[in-house]
Amino acid sequence: MSLFINLSLNGITNGMIFAAVALGLVFIWRATHIVNFGQGSMAMFTTYLAVTLLDRHLNYWLAFAAALVAGLIMGAVIETILIRPLRGKPALNPVIVTLGLFILLEGMAGSIFGIGNRSFPPAFSQAGLTFGHTKVAFSHFDVFILAAVVVLMLGTLALFRATSLGLRMRAAAFAPEVARLLGVRVGRILTLGWALAAVAGSLAGLLVAPTVSFSPNFMDLVLVYAFTAAVLGGLDSPVGALVGGLVTGLALSYVGGYLGSSLEPLGALAILMVVLSARPEGLFSRPEPRRV
Amino acid sequence: MLDVDDLSVSYGAVKALRGVTFQAQDGSVTAVLGANGAGKTTLLRTVSGLVKQQSGTVSYDGVKLSGLSVENIVRLGISHVPEGRGVIEELTVDENLRLGTLWQFNRRQRKSVLDEIYELFPPLAERRSRMASTLSGGERQMLAIGRALSSKPKLLLLDEPSLGLAPLVTAQIMALVRRLARETRLTVVLVEQNVRSALSIAEEAVVINLGRVVVADRAETVAADTQLRHHYLGF
Amino acid sequence: MPSPDGRTPTRLSGVPWLRWLRLPRQPLLRHLLFGAVAAVGFYLLTSSLSAFNNFRVGEIALYVIALAGLSLLTGTNGQISLGQGAFMAVGAYTLGVLTTHTHWPMAVDVLAAIVLSGALGVVVGIPATRLKGPYLAGMTLILALALPRIADKYTAFFGGDQGLTVNAPTPPGTIDPQRWLTWIQLAGAIIVLILLANLTRSRFGRSFRAVRDDEIAAGLAGIHVARTKVLAFTVAASCAGLAGAFLGLSIGVVNTGEFSLTLSIYLLAGMVLGGAGTLVGPWWGAIVIVFMPGWSNSIANSFSLGSAVAANLSLVIFGLVLIVVMMAVPMGIQGGVSWLVGRALSLVPGIGQPRGSRGPPDIATTPDITTGGG
Repeated sequence: MSLFINLSLNGITNGMIFAAVALGLVFIWRATHIVNFGQGSMAMFTTYLAVTLLDRHLNYWLAFAAALVAGLIMGAVIETILIRPLRGKPALNPVIVTLGLFILLEGMAGSIFGIGNRSFPPAFSQAGLTFGHTKVAFSHFDVFILAAVVVLMLGTLALFRATSLGLRMRAAAFAPEVARLLGVRVGRILTLGWALAAVAGSLAGLLVAPTVSFSPNFMDLVLVYAFTAAVLGGLDSPVGALVGGLVTGLALSYVGGYLGSSLEPLGALAILMVVLSARPEGLFSRPEPRRV
Repeated sequence: MLDVDDLSVSYGAVKALRGVTFQAQDGSVTAVLGANGAGKTTLLRTVSGLVKQQSGTVSYDGVKLSGLSVENIVRLGISHVPEGRGVIEELTVDENLRLGTLWQFNRRQRKSVLDEIYELFPPLAERRSRMASTLSGGERQMLAIGRALSSKPKLLLLDEPSLGLAPLVTAQIMALVRRLARETRLTVVLVEQNVRSALSIAEEAVVINLGRVVVADRAETVAADTQLRHHYLGF
Repeated sequence: MPSPDGRTPTRLSGVPWLRWLRLPRQPLLRHLLFGAVAAVGFYLLTSSLSAFNNFRVGEIALYVIALAGLSLLTGTNGQISLGQGAFMAVGAYTLGVLTTHTHWPMAVDVLAAIVLSGALGVVVGIPATRLKGPYLAGMTLILALALPRIADKYTAFFGGDQGLTVNAPTPPGTIDPQRWLTWIQLAGAIIVLILLANLTRSRFGRSFRAVRDDEIAAGLAGIHVARTKVLAFTVAASCAGLAGAFLGLSIGVVNTGEFSLTLSIYLLAGMVLGGAGTLVGPWWGAIVIVFMPGWSNSIANSFSLGSAVAANLSLVIFGLVLIVVMMAVPMGIQGGVSWLVGRALSLVPGIGQPRGSRGPPDIATTPDITTGGG
């Protein structure tokens, strides 16, 4: 029983991280109809930047913030240089470009930051908390993970529902041509979408790094699981990203705990196949509305 | 004044517009008529910047529009209500209307602009927090026009506003358009299949067939020319 | 425009320029002829090379097989797959397991590798028929990550970290073992290319292309779309299985380290470089894949960039290849670099525009929409 509880807690915290990356994938999908397979590598790169700053004894939270800002800039630059020129071209091209970005960033990180194993210090203690007499697999750091992702989600909600910028972003995602006719600078909005998506990814990278062995492919599996989560929830649904993330996190935690960690990716594959066979548009996706 | 001079537009190998020339005077309503596929929608889309022209010039108040982005053309005071209205279903009525005001007005100004629109279109005021997907055809047309007006344009491009609307609603909308043109010196270019209603409110008429201008004259002249009407306009 | 010495200009991409010679009209005969000529050429080549270089040639041959299969699946049939490396793993591990646990002859083991990976191709190909573009890419990406991990789980059977040892096939008589292996690999490549060339020219090939270009139209024309897609997947997987088995034979050991996600992306890059949907392209791609680590090392050393760069430069270069080719080639991966090179060279005086050069296929013309000015 305690294994189940620990696996569940583990699943929830992992799931929140998947949700954060999935949210980034959803932003980019809604804005530009592209799946950004480079999302994980981008997050990895900014996390490496943070760890390099930390090695130079910069304050933890400044390094944290620097990684997020770097993500913002990176997302904007990549959209402008790589993605915008591809608009109007065959749909397969951006897929391959983001795959190229995936390994390019991996190679660059390895080249610039070295191949030795590093470790990323956690913001808070990773020791399990004690409730009564039982120790659970849930630490202060896990609380931080939950809190950080919740803040991300609430911030996203506030942005989209309560600000003019959010209104522009939603309009640009739902009806880009009409939005342009209303004076919305859709191009800039799409760049901003990529920038914010990259920030979500960078945050996830910072949350994952302390829990794994830190190397240029530490985000590979996270990306793949986040993709599964996003597809499960619906690639155009931010709520779907959250729910999909939690479901995927829990499911994979059970698979890993009861069947063995090597079978986790296979578990993700199984989830993906089931979703794509039964309800390919995902749980929360809107049906395509008519435009009248 | 909108000045279209020898405009030619092609989609790949297909020539949609060939040497189209006409003017739309300030404060007037110009009807653009013709059969389906004649190129009327292409004309509006070229003026608003959605489509690139191959040759010729389009200028408004002396400013050349070719090469400008859609967003910058909007900022010159040109508002285009596209074919199909383009109501954004996932947003509320209020959000749709607000969208048009964002580039120009600050928070306080937006409120007064929106209040004006709601006065103009009471049904929209009643439904302001409802999703745009719940509106009827006539209400959607009001929303689309209201949204276009919310940026206080000087030139309004309307693409088939009567499409799918009952005759009474069409008449109301046409009357409104004429009133706006007269009262606010708004220049209107009106593409319509419903020739009768269009000619009833227009001062000028341009008839396009297979991408070429067949006739550009006063509206009543075009209305009176029965041969022309039979040949190009179907009645 | 004829070149200065008056001879007819040659086209630059692919095999068609050989039509200039009087070749048999029948595709099969033509392919067999090429195969025979290539076989003789390779025999002469391998006889003069050192063991290490023969090893290299063998490597190139096996990557040609994998790339040719991928090229059929992605270029001719339009299904993007990042799982080709996973199918290579299946082939390699089948060979490894059978070699270790049974006494069957090597040829049977290799055949089993082909069949098993082909079977897995059917299994994966069936759900894949419902997927497009990024969804298919994502699913095959997970496949590439998930399959090798199965070997991590059942370490007793799959040899764990050290993997399974594979012995090189024993050559008849006094033939040098490396040369014998290379001949086998080259023979495999030639046979696979002949088979694929015939397949591409047959009605199956037409079905592949029809489904790629417009699924709905193809279905309306009477083509069984799902079956076509699964067939393409199976052929690609079988090729990868053979390539994987050959890889195991080349290296002498089969372990998961060889079959990371990077391999699948390198294969994609190799295919993009050579031009998808062609049968000459895989040779270019294979050469680059085989020699890239060496080139990266040399570049890193000559600029004193350090060992971290040396180890990672291949990743950077392949990543750039994917990005740059996709952005520079407007019509997608049909053309690849060979098309680019052809266009570039056609600007050089004396070579001129290749007669009736078929560039990458046109996408449907769409209205010229100005992109958002941002």
